[in-house]
Amino acid sequence: MVNIDPQTTLGNAGQKVAFVRGEMIGASPPPASETGVMGWMRKNLFDGWFNTALTLFSLWILYLVVPGILNFNFFNAIWSGSDRLACSDVNQGGVLYEGWKGACWPYVGAYMKQFIYGRYPDELLWRPNLVFVMFLGGLIPLLIPSAPFKRENLIFMLGIFPIASFVLLTGGNLDFNGFLLPESIMAPSTAKFWIDFIILTALICAIIHFVVKGMDGNSRKPLLFTIIAMALLGLVILISSVDFGLEYVETPQWGGFLMTLVIAVTGIVSSLPLGVALALGRRSDMPIVKLMSVIFIEFWRGVPLITVLFMSSVLLPLFLPDGVNFDKLLRALIGVGLFSAAYMAEVVRGGLQAIPKGQYEGAMALGLGYWQMMQKIILPQALKIVIPGIVNTFIGLFKDTTLVSIIGLLDFLGMINLSHSDSSWATPVQAITSYIFCAFVFFVFCYSMARYSNYMERRLDTGHK
Amino acid sequence: MANNSATIADDKPKVALLNDPKVRGSIVQAVLLIFIIWLVWSMVGNAADNLAKAGIASGFDFLGRTAGFGVNFAPFMDYTETSTYGDVYWLGLQNTLLLAIIGVFFATILGFLVGVARLSTNWVIGKIAYWYVEILRNIPLLLQIFIWYKGVLATLPSRQAIDLGALGQLNSKGLFAPKPVFADGAMNIVWALVAAVVITFFINRWATKRQMATGERFPTFWTGFGLIVGLPLIAYFAMGQPISAEYPTAGNFGPRGGMQVIPEFIALLLALSTYTSAFIAEIVRAGILAVNKGQTEASYALGMRAGPTLRLVVIPQALRVIIPPLTSQFLNLTKNSSLAVAIAYPDLTAVFAGTALNQTGQAVEILLMTMLTYLALSLITSLFMNWYNSRMSLVER
Repeated sequence: MVNIDPQTTLGNAGQKVAFVRGEMIGASPPPASETGVMGWMRKNLFDGWFNTALTLFSLWILYLVVPGILNFNFFNAIWSGSDRLACSDVNQGGVLYEGWKGACWPYVGAYMKQFIYGRYPDELLWRPNLVFVMFLGGLIPLLIPSAPFKRENLIFMLGIFPIASFVLLTGGNLDFNGFLLPESIMAPSTAKFWIDFIILTALICAIIHFVVKGMDGNSRKPLLFTIIAMALLGLVILISSVDFGLEYVETPQWGGFLMTLVIAVTGIVSSLPLGVALALGRRSDMPIVKLMSVIFIEFWRGVPLITVLFMSSVLLPLFLPDGVNFDKLLRALIGVGLFSAAYMAEVVRGGLQAIPKGQYEGAMALGLGYWQMMQKIILPQALKIVIPGIVNTFIGLFKDTTLVSIIGLLDFLGMINLSHSDSSWATPVQAITSYIFCAFVFFVFCYSMARYSNYMERRLDTGHK
Repeated sequence: MANNSATIADDKPKVALLNDPKVRGSIVQAVLLIFIIWLVWSMVGNAADNLAKAGIASGFDFLGRTAGFGVNFAPFMDYTETSTYGDVYWLGLQNTLLLAIIGVFFATILGFLVGVARLSTNWVIGKIAYWYVEILRNIPLLLQIFIWYKGVLATLPSRQAIDLGALGQLNSKGLFAPKPVFADGAMNIVWALVAAVVITFFINRWATKRQMATGERFPTFWTGFGLIVGLPLIAYFAMGQPISAEYPTAGNFGPRGGMQVIPEFIALLLALSTYTSAFIAEIVRAGILAVNKGQTEASYALGMRAGPTLRLVVIPQALRVIIPPLTSQFLNLTKNSSLAVAIAYPDLTAVFAGTALNQTGQAVEILLMTMLTYLALSLITSLFMNWYNSRMSLVER
């Protein structure tokens, strides 16, 4: 702060000033009506007659709604008991006063195991538990942007985790009997399957080799690629056919939240590669590829999921050759996967369109081929900006898994509806209690995913487009 | 290399045929086409084999056969147990469309209200709107339908009813709404309404033309409003009040009279319109936020007041952003109305792709018809909305 001396500054005129303040006064505090709770309320709630009326109106609405909800869920709710009598009033033969209305939480507690695992055998519950642990252990570091080993993590989640959980949940030990050689040459057995597999690999390699050679190309790279792909496929089949000594659990015994997660995760994991392929196909220069992609995408996006599920449960068995039989869950998974692939394709297409043309041109100017350009330049950028869109698609898919209860699969909601038929807990509040619980679980999952997508959106928004 | 000079001399360098993009493209497409043809061929073949083995007839002859089941909701057609499967299809389509149209109406109104409330400077209103949106859109729609149907409507008393005043009476058997009764001459009111709409349309065209030519404005909105409300009113009184409402009366065994709306319909309507309104609210909010603040400021600087600024500057620009995603929400609502099958409201999916399919076993034909119907609804709506959107969109030089 500069100290002004009145003598020197004004001294030229020869005048003498009695007093000049040498220092600035500090700012005085704002009036009480503008700060603190009162000020905030004035500004945000009672700013003019219209706003005041709105505030009072909404407080009245809250007064009508909130106490009822709190009373039902907490203050009037029953927290312990062993059967329906604990949650029924005297008219219904129970112990509570007439006109009682409240949530019946012991019923949810008694059914908790079914709600989570369905009818999975009790002594084998460690297997789904291990899957849950692996899922969370793989997912959480993947979601934290600063966590290291993203690449290894992704390989674990997309490669190891699906196979491991398949083996854990079903028990593995699948039978493969071969598919190629006629039975007159060799009886169906595991050995025949592997001989068939090797013959098939050799056949594919030979076709590729001759096609490429016939057009004066170099067949080394495509051959290597084919052999690696077939070897990986063989490894997956091998792991799922090895007998680990795990008891076989058929899918009708699965259920509850476990099945909801299985459908949602399988749906999203299978729809991502398919969706990327369809999005690339839709932006392709090749007319037939483009047309087929457009038809596929628009068809699935134009019909409701429930008709798709009807189709996969009724029509799919018709389309399969005699003797091939798909399990009910697998059929639903195929329907869900194809359906969400179409939505995923549109999300990815949005990302592809958002990449500036210069990126494509730059890649081509460097002499990159189509796949190199996509793999190294375009897709990494495009997929990154559509992460929020992918998460949103996943939220939609996660909510839509409840539809499989309509075709008779016992997912979380299906299990809840099934529990209503148990007369030992039958009370007028049974349905609403279980639905509140189900809604709460879905809300927690979907809302946190939505918040995450929001967070990623802000993180990825670099400010320039 | 020895043949370096040769390649330089040639106009086109010698490339392996496989590396020629054109050849490669045709190979890929040929392979894809062959694969798809093979897939379709084998699927059709398998289906034919399997159907023949199961002894199920194919073809669309079943549409003329008697369906033999009744439904509890057929407001627009005379449906009985002797009606054919073709009638079942029409019934289902009508019920789907009825649900979708009324649902879209309420969802749009609610969505716009909540979307604006979300932007309110009033803290309580903003927070209520926020939690309305977040709760409704993060809970599966099917669950919401069950909550309304089994958790709320089914727990209402079955004999007494809650009096909703002008709306009628509500109990677990549904809403007993006032039933309009049409006397002679009621048709003239409809004609008056049609005439009013046509006249308003021409006045609007004339006023726009005059404003373009002379700059003078004409109160089109109020004229149109007066015509559309006034002409039918005049006709109503001129014809001696031919429309009256029959109110339900409370009885010992539930309300009597009036028009019964089944609880399935009410539950679906509530669930569909509130669920979709949450998404519409977010769209509306994003649309209003997308209008640059400078537009409002420039409008104020030109001396326009808040009302005209909102009406002439902000809303037309926000609508441009709002309409395309709004269309897809309308389509979503229409497609989601198929969840009616879960609580047995007789819509297209429930009666045609459900009951009729189970009775006839003709899965291929029935599912094809159902899916193509939804597809056609989607395509018609998006065509209409694309046309509307192209009219509304910014004309750039």
